[in-house]
Amino acid sequence: MASPAKKTEKKGVESFVTKEYQHGFVTPIESDTVPRGLNEDTIRLISAKKKEPPFMLQWRLKAYRRWKEMAEPSWPNVTYPPIDYQDIIYYSAPKTKKDGPKNLEEVDQELLKTFEKLGIPLEEQKRLAGVAVDAVFDSVSVATTFKEKLAEKGVLFCSFSEAVQNHPDLIKQYLGSVVPYSDNFYAALNSAVFSDGSFCYIPKGVRCPMELSTYFRINAADTGQFERTLIIADEGSYVSYLEGCTAPMRDKNQLHAAVVELVALKGAEIKYSTVQNWYAGDKDGKGGIFNFVTKRGKCVGDHSKISWTQVETGSAITWKYPSVILQGDHTIGEFYSVALTANHQQADTGTKMIHIGKNTRSTIISKGISAGHGKNTYRGLVKVLPKAEKARNYTQCDSLLLGGQCSANTFPYIEVKNKSSRVEHEASTSKISDEQLFYCKQRGLSAENAVSLIINGFCKQVFKNLPMEFAVEATKLLGVSLEGSVG
Amino acid sequence: MLEIRDLRAGIDGKEILKGINLKVGAGEVHAVMGPNGSGKSTLARVLAGEESYSVYSGSITYKGQDLLEIPPERRAREGIFLAFQYPVEIAGVNNSYFLKSALNEIRSYRGLEELDAFEFLELIKEKMKIVDMDPSFLNRPVNEGFSGGEKKRNEILQMAVLEPQLAILDETDSGLDIDALRVVASGVNKLRSPERSIILVTHYQRLLNYIQPDFVHVMIDGTIVKSGGKELAVTLEEKGYDWIKGAPAAKAVK
Repeated sequence: MASPAKKTEKKGVESFVTKEYQHGFVTPIESDTVPRGLNEDTIRLISAKKKEPPFMLQWRLKAYRRWKEMAEPSWPNVTYPPIDYQDIIYYSAPKTKKDGPKNLEEVDQELLKTFEKLGIPLEEQKRLAGVAVDAVFDSVSVATTFKEKLAEKGVLFCSFSEAVQNHPDLIKQYLGSVVPYSDNFYAALNSAVFSDGSFCYIPKGVRCPMELSTYFRINAADTGQFERTLIIADEGSYVSYLEGCTAPMRDKNQLHAAVVELVALKGAEIKYSTVQNWYAGDKDGKGGIFNFVTKRGKCVGDHSKISWTQVETGSAITWKYPSVILQGDHTIGEFYSVALTANHQQADTGTKMIHIGKNTRSTIISKGISAGHGKNTYRGLVKVLPKAEKARNYTQCDSLLLGGQCSANTFPYIEVKNKSSRVEHEASTSKISDEQLFYCKQRGLSAENAVSLIINGFCKQVFKNLPMEFAVEATKLLGVSLEGSVG
Repeated sequence: MLEIRDLRAGIDGKEILKGINLKVGAGEVHAVMGPNGSGKSTLARVLAGEESYSVYSGSITYKGQDLLEIPPERRAREGIFLAFQYPVEIAGVNNSYFLKSALNEIRSYRGLEELDAFEFLELIKEKMKIVDMDPSFLNRPVNEGFSGGEKKRNEILQMAVLEPQLAILDETDSGLDIDALRVVASGVNKLRSPERSIILVTHYQRLLNYIQPDFVHVMIDGTIVKSGGKELAVTLEEKGYDWIKGAPAAKAVK
């Protein structure tokens, strides 16, 4: 009774699903932390540590008071044990000898080594030309590269803390203008305790000469990371912004509740790309990051454009809806997403496109991949307000299931209040067929490469929107070689 | 090259191949003919190692190795190629990338250096002439939106690039109009060589007007009931399969 080659069956899918986390190491470094728990004193302490002007502290306190009245959202299609918000350390910064590093020479060698190990060497001469990096370690930004070169063009790119010190007017004007502190439970919490993040301002008519990026790293145990990013693209400017994230492997869940606000003024364009690879927990679902993030952009001026591209492969739980408010006339919002849930990962992710102005257009391409016991939910809202004459939306949601124990859900909400608008929605659910796998294997491809190839093809519409370096990282993350996505 | 002995195989406990004997030497072209449901395609897929089929008894020896012990991807790397009757579509994966990945995986298995993008492009441009294909095919997703004829031509292109030692063509003529058939057949003829054996699985004799086989086998109800030279195909065309039904199983040729 010989059965031909049963041995390799499904091996590809399994090895793909159980791939080991590459960034799970811990950096031994002394930290300056605030006591566990949250109250007004914690917030005052954080604000004092950052030497913030009074308006910031007031804003934080308002947010905190609001947060106390709010309830954690229960509608996402995810399950997790209750979070004890008093058992979290809200601020942790690597200790530095001075007030803060002025340049890379002053940055702790351990930190530089950490980022180098993550593939983000901060020494500028070694960087691929064309990407400026802001590196955020736990609660603070440790280094920002290419600052001077960017300053020549008038581009401001620095840590959020620095911006509060050096550009308070811009912060006052735009902080909370897209995501108010009262927006939702996690945004309110972030507004109260956020410690750092990136700030970026592109002046009128300037095309940012290089990709800007922030690399977020959680290191300390039991800390939450609450960073805040604010990007302002002034009239007629353009910027492409990248964001990457990793964390050590720990048995306990860690909370990451970030807020990102994008402001596009008249004729400006912002392209925001994320490759999220937070630690996802082990194969039994133990540990991992809770990634509860509010990201929103506002096309304030006419003819502006905001485009989100995200590749979400990490985190135990992802709760995230990068959205665009299309306020100006002729504005464009885009959302391209690949969300992978393997093992016991859960993702409830999607977008909101709010059409306010005339002739506004939005595109949503969502690709969900579920494997193992993964639970993948697309949740999206397309809202067309009465004055949004001739607004148009196209939504495509595709789900790919690997194996029989995972699930995929799609919850599209559509609210249209203008008759001249047009909204299209397409959805599909598929599996990698045995015939596809056999076909690939018959051509000599290993099962693993066959699965990668098919998944890569499935994600192509999204990957092609990523900048080159990120496409490399994203394809690697999905166990796919690069050429398939760009060929 | 290939020796099949008393092969019994099927799917979900249902026996489809009921004792196949077949011997294929290097450079030979064998046609396996038979009516629908006779088990021709099953034989093709069992040779390629499709995992949903079970082999109940018998043996297949390929280049001196027990083929049944080898998983499908290694069979491919060892030089077995199956041109599918219904080639599958793979959305988003471009044809040329797919083929380059396959070729390089086969090459690295054989200890050859992998081809880079430029070398591959040169190679594939040459090979495309064999099946008269437009270069635009290279950038389209694998088989997606291809017509029946295009899919079959694409299979032969893959065969030309992967250069198998044993090619099994499963109903490559089905669904082709006469012009497409001519192109595909001439492609196959160009790929005939003293080192390459070919098994043509077909229902109709018309393919054999273009590709002349060295041997013809008639398969009915899971067994080879008659074997002969190419003239057997002509006789079959005149008299139909009924003429042969009920004849005793033939011994392996050669």
